[in-house]
Amino acid sequence: MLGVTLAAGLAVSAAAACGGGDSGGNDGPLKGQTVTVAAIWTGDNEGAKFQKVLDEFSKRTGAKVTYTPTGDNVAAYLGSKVDGNAPPDVAFLPQQGVLVEFAQKGWIKPLPDDTQNLVKQNFAQVWQNLGSHNGTMYGVYFKASSKSTIWYRKQAFTDAGITQPPTTWADFVKTAQTLADSGATPISVGGADGWVLTDWFENVYLSVAGPEKYDQLSKHEIPYTDDTVKETLRKLAEIWSKDDFLAGGRDGALQTEFPASVPAVFGDSPKAAMLPGADFVASEISTNTKSKVGTDADFFPFPAVGDKAPVVGAGDVAVMMKDTQAARELMKFLASAEAAEIWAKQGGFISPNKAVDLSTYPDEVQRRIAKAVIDAGDDFRFDMSDLAPAAFGGTKGQGEWKILQDFLRNPSDVDGTAKKLEDAAKAAFK
Amino acid sequence: MTDTSDPPAPREQRPDDASAADSSPPASASPGDRAAAVAAPSSATSGVAAGKGRLGPPPWLAGGFLAPALILLGLLVVYPILYTIWRSLYDADGETFVALDNYVAIFTDSATFQALKNNAIWVAVAPALITACGLIFAVLTERVRWAAAFKIIVFMPMAISMVAAGVIFTLVYDHAPERGVLNAIAVGVHDTFKSPSPYPGVRPREQGSPLRPDGSGGFSTTAQVRPGQSVALPLVALSPAKQRDLKAAKAAPAQPGAVTGTVWADFAPGGGKPNQIDANEKGLSKVKVEALQGGKVVATATTRDDGTFRIAVPDGAYTLRLAESNFTPPYNGVTWLGPNLVTPAIIGAYVWMWAGFAMVLIGAGLSAIPRDALEAARVDGATEWQVFRRVTIPLLAPVLVVVFVTLVINVLKIFDLVYIMAPGSSIQDAQVLALRMYLVSFVGESPDQGLGSAIAVVLFLLVLPAMIFNIRRFRSEQG
Repeated sequence: MLGVTLAAGLAVSAAAACGGGDSGGNDGPLKGQTVTVAAIWTGDNEGAKFQKVLDEFSKRTGAKVTYTPTGDNVAAYLGSKVDGNAPPDVAFLPQQGVLVEFAQKGWIKPLPDDTQNLVKQNFAQVWQNLGSHNGTMYGVYFKASSKSTIWYRKQAFTDAGITQPPTTWADFVKTAQTLADSGATPISVGGADGWVLTDWFENVYLSVAGPEKYDQLSKHEIPYTDDTVKETLRKLAEIWSKDDFLAGGRDGALQTEFPASVPAVFGDSPKAAMLPGADFVASEISTNTKSKVGTDADFFPFPAVGDKAPVVGAGDVAVMMKDTQAARELMKFLASAEAAEIWAKQGGFISPNKAVDLSTYPDEVQRRIAKAVIDAGDDFRFDMSDLAPAAFGGTKGQGEWKILQDFLRNPSDVDGTAKKLEDAAKAAFK
Repeated sequence: MTDTSDPPAPREQRPDDASAADSSPPASASPGDRAAAVAAPSSATSGVAAGKGRLGPPPWLAGGFLAPALILLGLLVVYPILYTIWRSLYDADGETFVALDNYVAIFTDSATFQALKNNAIWVAVAPALITACGLIFAVLTERVRWAAAFKIIVFMPMAISMVAAGVIFTLVYDHAPERGVLNAIAVGVHDTFKSPSPYPGVRPREQGSPLRPDGSGGFSTTAQVRPGQSVALPLVALSPAKQRDLKAAKAAPAQPGAVTGTVWADFAPGGGKPNQIDANEKGLSKVKVEALQGGKVVATATTRDDGTFRIAVPDGAYTLRLAESNFTPPYNGVTWLGPNLVTPAIIGAYVWMWAGFAMVLIGAGLSAIPRDALEAARVDGATEWQVFRRVTIPLLAPVLVVVFVTLVINVLKIFDLVYIMAPGSSIQDAQVLALRMYLVSFVGESPDQGLGSAIAVVLFLLVLPAMIFNIRRFRSEQG
């Protein structure tokens, strides 16, 4: 994902420069006013599509919109802008932690009342909470993503005679067994990238333990030696302990990086049938393989391990860094269904806004992912490892990444793994 | 060379300053340029003046010329070293004084200690290996016709950046034989001596199958069979692509005086009923079936194209076994970048890069060896090995030491190859100090520059002896 954004960065800054400059000239209530916007999106895939949203805003209001891509490190970029006393009017933050940090520093402004009402009307409580700090609402979640999808090669399922994708974990294990019996390796895992494994863990954990415990574990209020964690590891071991379930066996999985795990399922000489991954796997499939999403490749929601299927994901939240009339209007626009539908129509976008008409999504796959995110309602949870300190949840070769890789290498050691997770978490959460 | 060319220059200047310098002692405060002219040379170029202030330009001039270098050295070398040492005594925030805690952490923090151990392995193996390779290449290329071409090829890796070499070698070491050339070779060699089994990974269903694993990779029937019975031996996990080339399975008719049966892939595209031969299910040809009595093989048979077999045996109870050789999983080569081999593998890539460097330096030393010494040894009846061992190597020793020490310094600082080549799942096993220093100090949301600085200081202390040794050598060569 990052690669794509980086590669196309140059092209888009140019596009953005003209786009922003030119979208002014219309008549409207805000004619003559300017609003500056900063977000991570660049390239034809994301930047250009987002620009259309901004264009529509200036068409309606007459305000001139200037869009600047921030680069990968949004927090650092915005921090330097604040230091230079020139923050953008509206910024999009990729992590909830950044919103909290900015709110504490007083860098972002509370939402005006009319936008707050709109958010309350259009978004589930969980999104309102994620956009708030200490009871004050700051942000509008504009874009969401889901990590609770399992992508599969339709041909492999047909060969194995599987007509119904699994909905429970037991079914999922059975499906994997049937695929293995049919002669296809069931699952591709990019285990060399630790975050692939933490995504597995989070999905199973959310379903096993439920949202409340998930929240507690996210903040390390309960220890990793909790029974729910051990149960999660035991469930994972039902898949991870089987060498013939994983493409290349366990050793092979640990040597496979995420980008290589996609063609392993959807490439020309496929080695596996299923790939648990985030919604952006769809664009990986279209860009890097000849398979077509919808015809050759499809997905099913991550199966329910406990009572309810999990929906884990992330989101980009819009915040006001300057309280101007144009910024207020833009925030209100972003909270509306119309704004989200402009991007939704173009594809590659999931909105957490429940007022968005699902029929605007360009294809069935995206519609189903969007529906899963909306239907999860208040049970939607953010990626736990993103919420943890990086030393625990986000560093190559250490913390949760390393420990889960070791667990994939030796899935029999449930208690030891839980203890190692707890020790690492203790050191990282201070 | 320097001995003969340098001294004359100061000697020519001597008359200008000699009188003034000799007459007034350094401590005397005589006014003007002259007094200063005495003090400066003795302090700035003490080695030459050796206490007797008498030579060189006036001190303000000397100071003026020295200043830029001193300022640069101070800013870019001395200050950073001192600051790093100071910083290493503080915690991650840089606010709390923690004394030597960070140094203790190097030995107690398992990741950092692992880096220290790996650095030791690197220093123990890489420089010696590279020097040895360089020596061999240099000696051998002296004797071949196309020496220049060979030398260029061996030296070429030096022209590639470490990062590019790392990327190249991650491909060389790739786990999958269709991408990684080393594993392709390993698999090729292995399969030449031990031909791959016809149905790798094929097995009975986990539940409800008349076959069960016999513990040695083969499968045997759970029930005993007798002549006159027809036995169904269903297997699964044969890929659809392989099934395409096989013939449809047939049930074998029972025959008196023989055990008959069918070995087939009990999984037609779309499913099929377990343990029954359905339409579209394929027979497995050329599977070796053994009949066992009392644990001993009494007869064998091989299946035909439709999967049927017939084993003629006298009356009695038998166990049928499908031998392990039918199903041996394919040999997948070695996990080069797995936790056990990752450090040796990366050292291999490093040797590939630096062998050329060693070869060129040693080659230069070799051409400077006096030929008559070698000739004399040969005339005295020494064998070629003795000439090499007793004459060439001792004469080459100074060059070998320079190459070795330079490599030690370089190897201690190794960073880029490890950073690029180690996959996330085994980077901890490949960890080295320089990489650990970088990761600890700068990566992630909560970097700990205290520990990072401590690692840097330790690295500096490790490099220091090699540097001092090298400087001493240069001095003694010149002096």
